[in-house]
Amino acid sequence: MAATQEEIVAGLAEIVNEIAGIPTEDVKMDKSFTDDLDVDSLSMVEVVVAAEERFDVKIPDDDVKNLKTVGDATEYILKHQA
Amino acid sequence: MTAKIKPSKGAPYARILGVGGYRPTRVVPNEEILKHIDSSDEWIRTRSGIATRHWAGPDETVASMSVEAGGKAIADAGIAPDQIGAVIVSTVSHFKQTPAIATRIAHEVGAGKPAAFDISAGCAGFGYGLTLAKGMVVEGSAEYVLVIGVERLSDLTDREDRATAFLFGDGAGAVVVGPSKVPAIGPTVWGSEGDKSETITQTLPWDVYRDQTAAEVRYPAITQEGQAVFRWAVYEMAKVAQQALDEAGVNPEDLDVFIPHQANMRIIDSMIKTLKLPEHVTVARDVETTGNTSAASIPLAMERLLATGQAKSGDTALVIGFGAGLVYAATVVTLP
Ligand SMILES: CC(C)(COP(=O)(O)OP(=O)(O)OC[C@H]1O[C@@H](n2cnc3c(N)ncnc32)[C@H](O)[C@@H]1OP(=O)(O)O)[C@@H](O)C(=O)NCCC(=O)NCCS
Repeated sequence: MAATQEEIVAGLAEIVNEIAGIPTEDVKMDKSFTDDLDVDSLSMVEVVVAAEERFDVKIPDDDVKNLKTVGDATEYILKHQA
Repeated sequence: MTAKIKPSKGAPYARILGVGGYRPTRVVPNEEILKHIDSSDEWIRTRSGIATRHWAGPDETVASMSVEAGGKAIADAGIAPDQIGAVIVSTVSHFKQTPAIATRIAHEVGAGKPAAFDISAGCAGFGYGLTLAKGMVVEGSAEYVLVIGVERLSDLTDREDRATAFLFGDGAGAVVVGPSKVPAIGPTVWGSEGDKSETITQTLPWDVYRDQTAAEVRYPAITQEGQAVFRWAVYEMAKVAQQALDEAGVNPEDLDVFIPHQANMRIIDSMIKTLKLPEHVTVARDVETTGNTSAASIPLAMERLLATGQAKSGDTALVIGFGAGLVYAATVVTLP
Protein backbone atom coordinates (compact mmCIF):
# COMPACT_ATOMS: atom_id res chain seq x y z
CA MET A 1 0.00 0.00 0.00
CA ALA A 2 1.30 3.48 -0.84
CA ALA A 3 2.58 5.52 2.10
CA THR A 4 0.89 8.78 3.13
CA GLN A 5 2.68 12.10 3.42
CA GLU A 6 2.95 11.75 7.22
CA GLU A 7 4.32 8.24 6.92
CA ILE A 8 6.93 9.37 4.41
CA VAL A 9 8.10 12.27 6.58
CA ALA A 10 8.26 9.97 9.61
CA GLY A 11 10.18 7.39 7.56
CA LEU A 12 12.63 10.00 6.26
CA ALA A 13 13.09 11.24 9.83
CA GLU A 14 14.11 7.76 10.94
CA ILE A 15 16.46 7.40 7.99
CA VAL A 16 18.10 10.80 8.58
CA ASN A 17 18.40 9.97 12.27
CA GLU A 18 20.08 6.67 11.45
CA ILE A 19 22.50 8.17 8.91
CA ALA A 20 23.28 11.63 10.31
CA GLY A 21 22.25 11.27 13.96
CA ILE A 22 19.76 14.17 13.78
CA PRO A 23 16.82 13.88 16.25
CA THR A 24 13.73 12.71 14.37
CA GLU A 25 11.64 15.67 15.57
CA ASP A 26 13.97 18.07 13.73
CA VAL A 27 13.20 16.48 10.38
CA LYS A 28 10.36 18.64 9.00
CA MET A 29 9.04 19.39 5.50
CA ASP A 30 10.76 22.79 5.23
CA LYS A 31 14.19 21.60 6.39
CA SER A 32 17.07 21.52 3.91
CA PHE A 33 19.06 18.30 4.07
CA THR A 34 22.45 19.95 3.69
CA ASP A 35 21.89 23.32 5.38
CA ASP A 36 19.71 22.27 8.33
CA LEU A 37 20.17 18.56 8.87
CA ASP A 38 23.90 17.95 8.47
CA VAL A 39 23.32 15.59 5.55
CA ASP A 40 26.20 16.17 3.11
CA SER A 41 26.20 15.06 -0.53
CA LEU A 42 27.41 11.55 0.32
CA SER A 43 25.02 11.06 3.25
CA MET A 44 22.30 12.20 0.85
CA VAL A 45 23.15 9.25 -1.39
CA GLU A 46 22.72 6.97 1.64
CA VAL A 47 19.40 8.62 2.52
CA VAL A 48 18.21 8.10 -1.05
CA VAL A 49 19.27 4.45 -1.10
CA ALA A 50 17.47 3.83 2.22
CA ALA A 51 14.36 5.68 1.03
CA GLU A 52 14.29 3.64 -2.19
CA GLU A 53 14.20 0.43 -0.16
CA ARG A 54 11.69 1.65 2.36
CA PHE A 55 9.19 3.26 -0.01
CA ASP A 56 9.67 1.03 -3.05
CA VAL A 57 10.61 3.89 -5.35
CA LYS A 58 13.46 4.53 -7.81
CA ILE A 59 15.32 7.82 -7.38
CA PRO A 60 17.90 8.18 -10.20
CA ASP A 61 21.17 10.07 -9.59
CA ASP A 62 20.01 12.93 -11.82
CA ASP A 63 16.94 13.55 -9.67
CA VAL A 64 18.81 13.45 -6.36
CA LYS A 65 20.24 16.95 -6.74
CA ASN A 66 16.72 18.42 -7.02
CA LEU A 67 15.76 17.04 -3.61
CA LYS A 68 16.92 19.95 -1.48
CA THR A 69 14.40 19.75 1.36
CA VAL A 70 12.54 17.02 3.21
CA GLY A 71 9.43 18.36 1.46
CA ASP A 72 11.02 17.89 -1.99
CA ALA A 73 11.87 14.28 -1.14
CA THR A 74 8.43 13.61 0.34
CA GLU A 75 6.66 14.93 -2.76
CA TYR A 76 8.96 12.98 -5.04
CA ILE A 77 8.25 9.75 -3.17
CA LEU A 78 4.47 10.43 -3.06
CA LYS A 79 4.49 10.88 -6.82
CA HIS A 80 6.77 7.98 -7.75
CA GLN A 81 6.09 5.20 -5.24
CA ALA A 82 4.94 1.91 -6.70
CA MET B 1 42.46 -42.60 -30.83
CA THR B 2 41.62 -40.80 -27.64
CA ALA B 3 44.57 -41.39 -25.33
CA LYS B 4 44.11 -41.45 -21.58
CA ILE B 5 45.40 -38.16 -20.16
CA LYS B 6 46.95 -38.06 -16.74
CA PRO B 7 45.27 -35.32 -14.67
CA SER B 8 47.26 -32.77 -12.72
CA LYS B 9 47.35 -33.18 -8.98
CA GLY B 10 46.70 -30.27 -6.73
CA ALA B 11 46.32 -29.59 -3.03
CA PRO B 12 43.02 -30.27 -1.26
CA TYR B 13 42.64 -26.57 -0.42
CA ALA B 14 44.55 -23.29 -0.63
CA ARG B 15 45.46 -20.60 1.88
CA ILE B 16 47.27 -17.30 2.15
CA LEU B 17 50.66 -18.19 3.63
CA GLY B 18 52.33 -14.81 3.79
CA VAL B 19 51.78 -11.12 3.11
CA GLY B 20 54.06 -8.19 2.34
CA GLY B 21 53.74 -4.54 1.45
CA TYR B 22 55.71 -1.58 0.13
CA ARG B 23 54.74 2.05 0.69
CA PRO B 24 56.71 4.77 -1.11
CA THR B 25 58.83 6.92 1.19
CA ARG B 26 57.27 10.27 0.25
CA VAL B 27 54.19 11.10 2.30
CA VAL B 28 51.88 13.63 0.64
CA PRO B 29 49.59 15.54 3.03
CA ASN B 30 46.33 17.18 1.97
CA GLU B 31 48.10 20.58 2.10
CA GLU B 32 50.11 19.60 -0.96
CA ILE B 33 46.97 18.52 -2.85
CA LEU B 34 45.37 21.88 -2.03
CA LYS B 35 48.03 23.74 -4.04
CA HIS B 36 46.26 22.60 -7.21
CA ILE B 37 42.55 22.44 -6.34
CA ASP B 38 40.02 24.68 -4.62
CA SER B 39 39.19 22.55 -1.57
CA SER B 40 40.10 22.21 2.09
CA ASP B 41 41.73 19.71 4.40
CA GLU B 42 38.43 19.46 6.26
CA TRP B 43 36.40 18.71 3.09
CA ILE B 44 38.84 16.01 1.99
CA ARG B 45 38.88 14.41 5.44
CA THR B 46 35.12 14.44 5.91
CA ARG B 47 34.29 13.23 2.37
CA SER B 48 36.99 10.60 2.05
CA GLY B 49 38.72 10.09 5.41
CA ILE B 50 42.07 10.63 3.68
CA ALA B 51 44.72 12.67 5.50
CA THR B 52 47.90 11.57 3.73
CA ARG B 53 48.94 9.25 0.93
CA HIS B 54 52.26 7.95 -0.37
CA TRP B 55 53.45 8.97 -3.83
CA ALA B 56 56.27 7.12 -5.48
CA GLY B 57 59.53 8.79 -6.47
CA PRO B 58 61.37 8.12 -9.74
CA ASP B 59 63.15 5.06 -8.28
CA GLU B 60 60.01 3.54 -6.83
CA THR B 61 58.74 1.86 -9.97
CA VAL B 62 55.90 -0.60 -10.46
CA ALA B 63 58.56 -3.32 -10.71
CA SER B 64 60.70 -2.23 -7.76
CA MET B 65 57.75 -1.77 -5.38
CA SER B 66 56.44 -5.19 -6.42
CA VAL B 67 59.78 -6.86 -5.83
CA GLU B 68 59.95 -5.34 -2.33
CA ALA B 69 56.41 -6.40 -1.41
CA GLY B 70 56.72 -9.80 -3.10
CA GLY B 71 60.03 -10.56 -1.37
CA LYS B 72 58.48 -9.78 2.01
CA ALA B 73 55.46 -11.98 1.30
CA ILE B 74 57.73 -14.88 0.29
CA ALA B 75 59.81 -14.49 3.46
CA ASP B 76 56.62 -14.25 5.56
CA ALA B 77 55.34 -17.46 3.96
CA GLY B 78 58.55 -19.19 4.98
CA ILE B 79 59.28 -20.62 1.55
CA ALA B 80 62.21 -20.18 -0.82
CA PRO B 81 61.64 -17.83 -3.77
CA ASP B 82 62.29 -20.62 -6.27
CA GLN B 83 59.32 -22.57 -4.93
CA ILE B 84 56.99 -20.01 -6.51
CA GLY B 85 55.28 -21.63 -9.48
CA ALA B 86 53.35 -18.63 -10.76
CA VAL B 87 53.36 -14.85 -10.41
CA ILE B 88 50.18 -12.84 -10.99
CA VAL B 89 50.46 -9.06 -11.05
CA SER B 90 47.36 -6.88 -11.00
CA THR B 91 47.96 -3.30 -12.06
CA VAL B 92 46.54 -0.52 -14.22
CA SER B 93 49.58 1.73 -13.96
CA HIS B 94 52.33 -0.24 -15.69
CA PHE B 95 52.76 1.76 -18.85
CA LYS B 96 54.23 -0.81 -21.19
CA GLN B 97 51.60 -2.90 -22.92
CA THR B 98 54.09 -5.67 -23.52
CA PRO B 99 55.82 -7.61 -22.06
CA ALA B 100 53.91 -8.24 -18.86
CA ILE B 101 55.71 -6.73 -15.87
CA ALA B 102 55.12 -10.01 -13.99
CA THR B 103 57.96 -11.80 -15.78
CA ARG B 104 60.55 -9.28 -14.66
CA ILE B 105 59.18 -9.23 -11.14
CA ALA B 106 59.28 -13.04 -11.03
CA HIS B 107 62.91 -12.96 -12.12
CA GLU B 108 63.89 -10.23 -9.68
CA VAL B 109 62.31 -11.88 -6.63
CA GLY B 110 64.40 -14.96 -7.44
CA ALA B 111 61.49 -17.15 -8.47
CA GLY B 112 63.38 -18.53 -11.47
CA LYS B 113 61.12 -19.34 -14.40
CA PRO B 114 57.56 -19.56 -13.09
CA ALA B 115 54.41 -18.84 -15.08
CA ALA B 116 53.99 -15.06 -14.92
CA PHE B 117 51.34 -12.71 -16.24
CA ASP B 118 49.50 -9.44 -15.56
CA ILE B 119 45.80 -8.95 -15.02
CA SER B 120 43.66 -5.82 -15.29
CA ALA B 121 40.80 -5.83 -12.82
CA GLY B 122 41.09 -2.36 -11.28
CA CYS B 123 40.36 -2.19 -7.57
CA ALA B 124 39.08 -5.79 -7.58
CA GLY B 125 42.46 -6.96 -8.86
CA PHE B 126 43.57 -8.51 -5.60
CA GLY B 127 40.43 -10.65 -5.30
CA TYR B 128 40.69 -11.67 -8.94
CA GLY B 129 44.34 -12.64 -8.51
CA LEU B 130 43.65 -14.47 -5.27
CA THR B 131 40.87 -16.47 -6.94
CA LEU B 132 43.10 -17.44 -9.86
CA ALA B 133 45.87 -18.41 -7.43
CA LYS B 134 43.56 -20.55 -5.34
CA GLY B 135 42.40 -22.33 -8.48
CA MET B 136 45.97 -22.98 -9.60
CA VAL B 137 47.00 -24.41 -6.23
CA VAL B 138 43.99 -26.67 -5.97
CA GLU B 139 44.18 -27.72 -9.62
CA GLY B 140 47.90 -28.35 -9.37
CA SER B 141 49.43 -26.04 -11.97
CA ALA B 142 51.44 -24.30 -9.25
CA GLU B 143 52.22 -25.22 -5.66
CA TYR B 144 52.86 -21.64 -4.56
CA VAL B 145 51.55 -18.54 -6.29
CA LEU B 146 52.72 -14.97 -5.69
CA VAL B 147 49.85 -12.50 -6.12
CA ILE B 148 50.80 -8.82 -6.31
CA GLY B 149 48.61 -5.73 -6.46
CA VAL B 150 50.68 -2.70 -7.41
CA GLU B 151 49.87 0.84 -8.51
CA ARG B 152 51.48 4.17 -9.20
CA LEU B 153 48.17 5.98 -9.46
CA SER B 154 49.91 9.32 -8.97
CA ASP B 155 50.93 8.89 -12.62
CA LEU B 156 47.26 8.71 -13.60
CA THR B 157 46.04 11.51 -11.33
CA ASP B 158 45.01 14.86 -12.72
CA ARG B 159 46.36 17.20 -10.03
CA GLU B 160 43.77 19.83 -11.01
CA ASP B 161 40.69 17.60 -10.94
CA ARG B 162 38.80 18.39 -7.74
CA ALA B 163 36.91 15.12 -7.85
CA THR B 164 39.95 12.82 -7.85
CA ALA B 165 43.16 14.75 -7.03
CA PHE B 166 43.04 13.80 -3.34
CA LEU B 167 41.96 10.18 -3.70
CA PHE B 168 44.78 8.13 -5.09
CA GLY B 169 48.03 6.76 -3.73
CA ASP B 170 50.90 4.48 -4.73
CA GLY B 171 52.18 1.21 -3.32
CA ALA B 172 52.40 -2.54 -3.65
CA GLY B 173 50.89 -5.38 -1.64
CA ALA B 174 51.55 -9.09 -2.11
CA VAL B 175 50.51 -12.48 -0.79
CA VAL B 176 51.75 -16.01 -1.30
CA VAL B 177 49.00 -18.56 -1.82
CA GLY B 178 49.85 -22.22 -1.24
CA PRO B 179 48.49 -25.62 -0.23
CA SER B 180 46.31 -26.18 2.82
CA LYS B 181 44.76 -29.19 4.55
CA VAL B 182 41.68 -27.17 5.51
CA PRO B 183 39.62 -24.63 3.56
CA ALA B 184 41.14 -21.18 4.19
CA ILE B 185 39.89 -19.20 1.20
CA GLY B 186 36.12 -19.24 0.77
CA PRO B 187 34.07 -19.19 -2.42
CA THR B 188 34.63 -15.98 -4.39
CA VAL B 189 31.61 -13.85 -5.21
CA TRP B 190 32.77 -11.89 -8.25
CA GLY B 191 31.48 -10.32 -11.38
CA SER B 192 31.37 -7.32 -13.66
CA GLU B 193 28.88 -4.67 -14.69
CA GLY B 194 29.98 -3.58 -18.13
CA ASP B 195 26.98 -1.32 -18.58
CA LYS B 196 28.75 0.94 -16.06
CA SER B 197 32.16 0.77 -17.75
CA GLU B 198 32.30 4.56 -18.15
CA THR B 199 31.73 5.42 -14.47
CA ILE B 200 35.44 5.00 -13.66
CA THR B 201 37.69 5.29 -16.67
CA GLN B 202 40.91 6.64 -18.10
CA THR B 203 40.07 9.92 -19.83
CA LEU B 204 41.84 9.05 -23.11
CA PRO B 205 43.48 5.96 -24.62
CA TRP B 206 47.25 6.16 -25.08
CA ASP B 207 46.95 5.98 -28.86
CA VAL B 208 45.56 9.50 -28.81
CA TYR B 209 49.22 10.48 -29.14
CA ARG B 210 49.46 8.78 -32.52
CA ASP B 211 47.56 11.66 -34.11
CA GLN B 212 47.94 14.44 -31.57
CA THR B 213 50.81 15.90 -29.59
CA ALA B 214 51.19 16.24 -25.85
CA ALA B 215 50.66 19.97 -26.27
CA GLU B 216 47.26 19.37 -27.86
CA VAL B 217 45.72 16.87 -25.45
CA ARG B 218 45.77 16.70 -21.68
CA TYR B 219 47.70 13.74 -20.30
CA PRO B 220 45.37 10.78 -19.62
CA ALA B 221 44.13 10.37 -16.05
CA ILE B 222 41.53 8.42 -14.11
CA THR B 223 38.17 10.11 -14.00
CA GLN B 224 34.96 8.99 -12.32
CA GLU B 225 31.34 9.82 -11.64
CA GLY B 226 31.87 10.03 -7.88
CA GLN B 227 28.26 9.92 -6.71
CA ALA B 228 27.31 7.05 -9.00
CA VAL B 229 30.32 5.05 -7.83
CA PHE B 230 29.57 5.85 -4.20
CA ARG B 231 25.97 4.72 -4.58
CA TRP B 232 26.97 1.51 -6.31
CA ALA B 233 29.59 0.80 -3.65
CA VAL B 234 27.39 1.37 -0.60
CA TYR B 235 24.33 -0.34 -2.04
CA GLU B 236 25.45 -3.14 -4.32
CA MET B 237 28.79 -3.99 -2.71
CA ALA B 238 27.30 -4.49 0.74
CA LYS B 239 25.11 -7.16 -0.87
CA VAL B 240 28.13 -8.81 -2.49
CA ALA B 241 29.98 -8.80 0.84
CA GLN B 242 26.97 -10.39 2.53
CA GLN B 243 26.81 -13.02 -0.20
CA ALA B 244 30.49 -13.88 0.34
CA LEU B 245 29.79 -14.42 4.04
CA ASP B 246 26.76 -16.57 3.22
CA GLU B 247 28.62 -18.70 0.68
CA ALA B 248 31.49 -19.24 3.10
CA GLY B 249 28.98 -20.17 5.80
CA VAL B 250 30.42 -17.56 8.14
CA ASN B 251 28.22 -15.40 10.39
CA PRO B 252 29.18 -11.79 11.09
CA GLU B 253 29.63 -12.87 14.75
CA ASP B 254 32.34 -15.32 13.68
CA LEU B 255 34.25 -12.68 11.76
CA ASP B 256 37.40 -11.12 13.27
CA VAL B 257 38.44 -8.70 10.56
CA PHE B 258 36.88 -6.73 7.69
CA ILE B 259 39.23 -5.59 4.94
CA PRO B 260 37.29 -3.73 2.25
CA HIS B 261 39.03 -2.05 -0.66
CA GLN B 262 40.34 1.23 0.71
CA ALA B 263 38.50 3.64 -1.58
CA ASN B 264 36.82 6.02 0.83
CA MET B 265 36.22 5.90 4.60
CA ARG B 266 32.59 6.83 4.01
CA ILE B 267 32.05 3.72 1.88
CA ILE B 268 33.69 1.62 4.61
CA ASP B 269 31.49 3.14 7.34
CA SER B 270 28.36 2.61 5.31
CA MET B 271 29.21 -1.03 4.60
CA ILE B 272 29.81 -1.75 8.29
CA LYS B 273 26.32 -0.42 9.04
CA THR B 274 24.58 -2.29 6.25
CA LEU B 275 26.34 -5.55 7.09
CA LYS B 276 25.58 -4.97 10.78
CA LEU B 277 29.11 -6.01 11.69
CA PRO B 278 29.50 -6.57 15.44
CA GLU B 279 31.70 -4.20 17.48
CA HIS B 280 34.41 -6.81 17.93
CA VAL B 281 35.21 -6.93 14.20
CA THR B 282 38.45 -5.08 13.42
CA VAL B 283 38.00 -2.87 10.37
CA ALA B 284 40.84 -1.86 8.05
CA ARG B 285 41.01 1.94 7.85
CA ASP B 286 44.28 2.21 6.00
CA VAL B 287 42.79 4.70 3.51
CA GLU B 288 43.45 7.49 6.03
CA THR B 289 47.19 7.36 5.50
CA THR B 290 47.45 5.45 2.23
CA GLY B 291 44.68 6.82 0.01
CA ASN B 292 43.16 4.60 -2.65
CA THR B 293 45.87 2.33 -4.06
CA SER B 294 43.47 0.21 -6.15
CA ALA B 295 44.69 -3.40 -6.48
CA ALA B 296 47.28 -2.87 -3.74
CA SER B 297 44.89 -1.64 -1.07
CA ILE B 298 43.68 -4.93 0.44
CA PRO B 299 47.06 -6.67 0.85
CA LEU B 300 48.59 -3.39 2.11
CA ALA B 301 45.83 -3.04 4.70
CA MET B 302 46.13 -6.72 5.62
CA GLU B 303 49.86 -6.39 6.13
CA ARG B 304 49.45 -3.34 8.34
CA LEU B 305 46.74 -4.90 10.52
CA LEU B 306 48.97 -7.92 11.14
CA ALA B 307 52.13 -5.86 11.66
CA THR B 308 50.45 -3.59 14.24
CA GLY B 309 48.84 -6.46 16.10
CA GLN B 310 45.29 -5.31 15.31
CA ALA B 311 44.75 -8.66 13.62
CA LYS B 312 46.52 -11.96 14.13
CA SER B 313 47.38 -15.07 12.19
CA GLY B 314 44.42 -17.43 12.00
CA ASP B 315 41.82 -14.65 12.19
CA THR B 316 38.85 -14.89 9.86
CA ALA B 317 38.64 -11.93 7.47
CA LEU B 318 36.09 -10.76 4.94
CA VAL B 319 37.77 -9.08 1.95
CA ILE B 320 36.02 -7.21 -0.84
CA GLY B 321 37.42 -5.28 -3.78
CA PHE B 322 35.43 -3.19 -6.25
CA GLY B 323 36.13 -0.58 -8.87
CA ALA B 324 36.72 0.30 -12.50
CA GLY B 325 34.97 -2.03 -14.90
CA LEU B 326 32.87 -2.02 -12.93
CA VAL B 327 34.18 -5.20 -11.31
CA TYR B 328 34.06 -6.74 -7.87
CA ALA B 329 35.33 -9.74 -5.91
CA ALA B 330 34.64 -10.76 -2.31
CA THR B 331 35.64 -13.76 -0.22
CA VAL B 332 36.35 -14.88 3.32
CA VAL B 333 39.92 -15.87 4.18
CA THR B 334 41.98 -17.10 7.10
CA LEU B 335 44.75 -14.56 7.72
CA PRO B 336 48.35 -15.78 7.36
C1 LIG C 1 34.84 11.79 -4.84
C2 LIG C 1 33.80 12.04 -3.80
C3 LIG C 1 34.43 12.17 -2.42
C4 LIG C 1 33.10 13.35 -4.14
O1 LIG C 1 32.04 13.61 -3.27
P1 LIG C 1 30.62 14.07 -3.84
O2 LIG C 1 29.77 14.35 -2.72
O3 LIG C 1 30.17 13.03 -4.81
O4 LIG C 1 31.00 15.37 -4.61
P2 LIG C 1 30.15 16.21 -5.64
O5 LIG C 1 30.94 16.33 -6.87
O6 LIG C 1 28.75 15.72 -5.74
O7 LIG C 1 30.14 17.61 -4.95
C5 LIG C 1 29.41 17.89 -3.75
C6 LIG C 1 29.75 19.29 -3.31
O8 LIG C 1 31.14 19.35 -2.91
C7 LIG C 1 31.85 20.26 -3.75
N1 LIG C 1 33.16 19.68 -4.04
C8 LIG C 1 33.45 18.72 -4.96
N2 LIG C 1 34.74 18.42 -4.90
C9 LIG C 1 35.28 19.16 -3.94
C10 LIG C 1 36.57 19.29 -3.39
N3 LIG C 1 37.61 18.54 -3.82
N4 LIG C 1 36.76 20.15 -2.38
C11 LIG C 1 35.74 20.88 -1.89
N5 LIG C 1 34.50 20.82 -2.37
C12 LIG C 1 34.27 19.96 -3.39
C13 LIG C 1 31.01 20.43 -4.97
O9 LIG C 1 31.25 21.68 -5.57
C14 LIG C 1 29.63 20.31 -4.41
O10 LIG C 1 29.25 21.51 -3.78
P3 LIG C 1 27.78 22.14 -3.99
O11 LIG C 1 26.84 21.09 -3.48
O12 LIG C 1 27.84 23.37 -3.17
O13 LIG C 1 27.67 22.35 -5.45
C15 LIG C 1 32.76 10.92 -3.75
O14 LIG C 1 31.91 10.98 -4.84
C16 LIG C 1 33.40 9.55 -3.70
O15 LIG C 1 34.28 9.27 -2.94
N6 LIG C 1 32.87 8.62 -4.50
C17 LIG C 1 33.39 7.27 -4.55
C18 LIG C 1 34.64 7.31 -5.31
C19 LIG C 1 35.49 6.12 -5.16
O16 LIG C 1 35.70 5.63 -4.09
N7 LIG C 1 36.00 5.67 -6.29
C20 LIG C 1 36.90 4.62 -6.38
C21 LIG C 1 36.23 3.31 -6.33
S1 LIG C 1 37.40 2.11 -6.72
